[in-house]
Amino acid sequence: MADLRIDFAGIKSPNPYWLASAPPTNSGYQVQRAFEAGWGGAVWKTLGEPILNVSSRFAAVSFNGQRVAGFNNIELITDRPLEVNLQEILETKKRFPNHAIIASLMVEPQQEKWHEIVKKVEAVGVDGLELNFGCPHGMAERGMGAASGQVPDLVEKQTHWAKEVARTPVIVKLTPNITDITMTAEAAVRGGADAVSMINTINSLAGVDLDSWNTVPHVAGKGAHGGYCGPAVKPIALNMVAECARNPFVNVPISGIGGISNWQDAAEFMLMGATGVQVCTAAMHHGFSIVEDMIDGLNNYLDEKGIASVMDLVGKSVQRYSNWGDLDLNYKVVAEINNDVCINCNKCHIACEDTSHQCIDMYTESGRPMLKVREQDCVGCNLCSIVCPVDGAISMVERMSTIAPMTWNERQSLISSFDR
Amino acid sequence: MSSQLERNFVEMNSRMTKNEALEEANRCLYCYDAPCITACPTSIQIPNFIKKIASNNMKGSAMTIMEANPVGASCARVCPTEELCEGACVLNSSTKPIKIGHLQRYATDWAMESDVELFKKGLPNGQKVAIVGAGPAGLSAARELSRFGYSVTIFEAEAKAGGLGNYGIVSFRLPNDVVDWEVAQVVKLGVDIRTNTTVGVEISAEEILAQYDSVILAVGMGAVPNLGIKGEELAGVHDAIEFVKHTKMGALTEDLIGKRVAVIGAGNTAIDGATCAVRLGAEQVDILYRRTEKEMTAYQFEYEFAKQDGVGFKWLTAPKQIIGDEAGTVVGLECVKMKLGEAGADGRQRPEVIKGSEFIIEVDAVIKAIGQTRFVSLIEAFGLQHTNGVVDIDETTMQTSNDKVFACGDVVFGNGQGEAMVVTAAQQGKDAAYIIHERLRKPSEIA
Repeated sequence: MADLRIDFAGIKSPNPYWLASAPPTNSGYQVQRAFEAGWGGAVWKTLGEPILNVSSRFAAVSFNGQRVAGFNNIELITDRPLEVNLQEILETKKRFPNHAIIASLMVEPQQEKWHEIVKKVEAVGVDGLELNFGCPHGMAERGMGAASGQVPDLVEKQTHWAKEVARTPVIVKLTPNITDITMTAEAAVRGGADAVSMINTINSLAGVDLDSWNTVPHVAGKGAHGGYCGPAVKPIALNMVAECARNPFVNVPISGIGGISNWQDAAEFMLMGATGVQVCTAAMHHGFSIVEDMIDGLNNYLDEKGIASVMDLVGKSVQRYSNWGDLDLNYKVVAEINNDVCINCNKCHIACEDTSHQCIDMYTESGRPMLKVREQDCVGCNLCSIVCPVDGAISMVERMSTIAPMTWNERQSLISSFDR
Repeated sequence: MSSQLERNFVEMNSRMTKNEALEEANRCLYCYDAPCITACPTSIQIPNFIKKIASNNMKGSAMTIMEANPVGASCARVCPTEELCEGACVLNSSTKPIKIGHLQRYATDWAMESDVELFKKGLPNGQKVAIVGAGPAGLSAARELSRFGYSVTIFEAEAKAGGLGNYGIVSFRLPNDVVDWEVAQVVKLGVDIRTNTTVGVEISAEEILAQYDSVILAVGMGAVPNLGIKGEELAGVHDAIEFVKHTKMGALTEDLIGKRVAVIGAGNTAIDGATCAVRLGAEQVDILYRRTEKEMTAYQFEYEFAKQDGVGFKWLTAPKQIIGDEAGTVVGLECVKMKLGEAGADGRQRPEVIKGSEFIIEVDAVIKAIGQTRFVSLIEAFGLQHTNGVVDIDETTMQTSNDKVFACGDVVFGNGQGEAMVVTAAQQGKDAAYIIHERLRKPSEIA
């Protein structure tokens, strides 16, 4: 039984699974149900001036029959009075003293507003604060959320204001709707952030109804961009976490968010530098009980690997993430097709022939259809193994290079040394 | 022994491939308050174990299954899933149900092959429980009691533990190595299984009652009763239970190759006998039943399976006498046609003989499958009240007329009480363990 407890910037949690600030953490009732189900923490749905919401808020993208590959929402921050939320936080914390409750906050970019709300939420015993600089819709039009999160100076300044009065750790939640997330992450650190969390949702429009020509979703015939999340955004989020994790100026813990649906996703984020993770869409799709497998699967994985604590996973893959210029140009993998397993759908052949490097030949051997890779022409792009529907039919195998490893950067510096 | 016969008895259903299992697992909706769980007599958290296959948490998946059902690998193969979990799957109403049985097999096969430790013995609590019978009910009770810390001894008359699994369910549905693995899981928890130990011979009921704090009677049922007609002593007349048992023990003889076989009865055991006979090479196998297709007690899927195996069905036909030659070997079966008359006390129409309708069919073997006898003398040796060999129990406490003796499994099935499925036997075994634990726990342990 591995130790799943985490210490995230001083915030202790029985496991690395927190519910993200979102509809699942709207009320004490919900958060308490989540803790009973096994969630280690919850980031309360963003507190601020209560807002008005519209009706028809969510939409999702199905992919080939699988529902909720991606999820889109235009719901805003809490629509409940601050006092009600504070009272429920107090009660929840009293019932679950060992679980992490983090208050997500969003106010107008004014020093006194930040001071006021930080003091109020800390008075009810939250374990930490998460500054919501990420919400991409609605609030951004009022100069909050992503609107301030996209301006490094505003991130730094507001983080600083929060830190002026905060006694608990301050996490800054970043928007992915920006060219380089390390810019705002660094700004948060400069402002004194104890941690960063990412990613908030990505600007999105889920679809257009082909009969009515309305947007999906629409509010009385009109739509506005929402925030995209769910499994589809995971690779985007994982890269942003990794980029921050390997950036020496972002030297604070990272809470990983974005499409995490099971223990495997969580382990990947932690290997890439996240100290804990936040989940929303998967819980909205299946209910809080999904955390049971998240805990059980992670525990079994750690046991199997002989790792005593989940904290030992954190960042273990970060040093393997680098720049393209640091990759070995002489490394070679090639595709190998196992015709005993192959079911002859020929998807590898046509993918290679039409869209890659034309190196998979179709032929017959004693009347039996076969496929073979011409290794000398294979560039090791992986495409065939990606489109192959059968486990074990195509493997990408390493070929020993006769040439010593050399990266693009090494090559360029070698060339320039000849010039000198 | 011909290798063809051996091949005939190899497990028919193949395991799902990883691709298949993942596709199917991801098709599961992960319902809340899922009807499949309710439909499972052992209440396996089915969506959870399926979700764990999808997330490649194979140990967790196997644990979820085996926790709820100590014979979960057997049940993956023998449960009438279309009547239970798969029949309850909500996808029956939209697309097609999840193949829960196959997924359960996929997960438990993983556990068998990876040989992980799933459960641990509890701290010894000083209490001793004796279990009579090492079938699904006895093994399930033993495992749970051992996890609670009881010292458990099982007395088993056969040479191997496993009960019906190792001796009664046809190999092509349930290979013995699956049952052996489940038995090994129980033995690993320190349960002492004394095989070749018949209560009443090697040890008396009194000794057991005197030496143990509680006793669980889980002996199942016995041999097929006599038909009560002439010729039952002839060579070539078999008891279906014994007949299947021989094939389970690897004794595949070539005696039936090319022969004609009549099976008397139309329950699941009759189907087992008939399909085993087909696999032993019999040329023609017919099931004779005195009622009709509508009244037969075999599961629909067993019926379909027998038909696919080429088994013939002669409805409204009853045996009158078995005919032998001078050497004392079966050569024929005299039958009589029946019709359905008035409904009897059980609500089923009674079969009545049509006078003068006798006819003879030429057969080389007769397999009797008209139900099973009860271990009445054993039940009486424990001094337990019973009704026609079915042990009387309080259905909520599983207690017999001796409040120290509990009974579960097929020994309590009958007279409208219980269900004769492996999965219900497993649940009853668990229940007996929980009830004993509740009773014997020291007051200080009750929170």
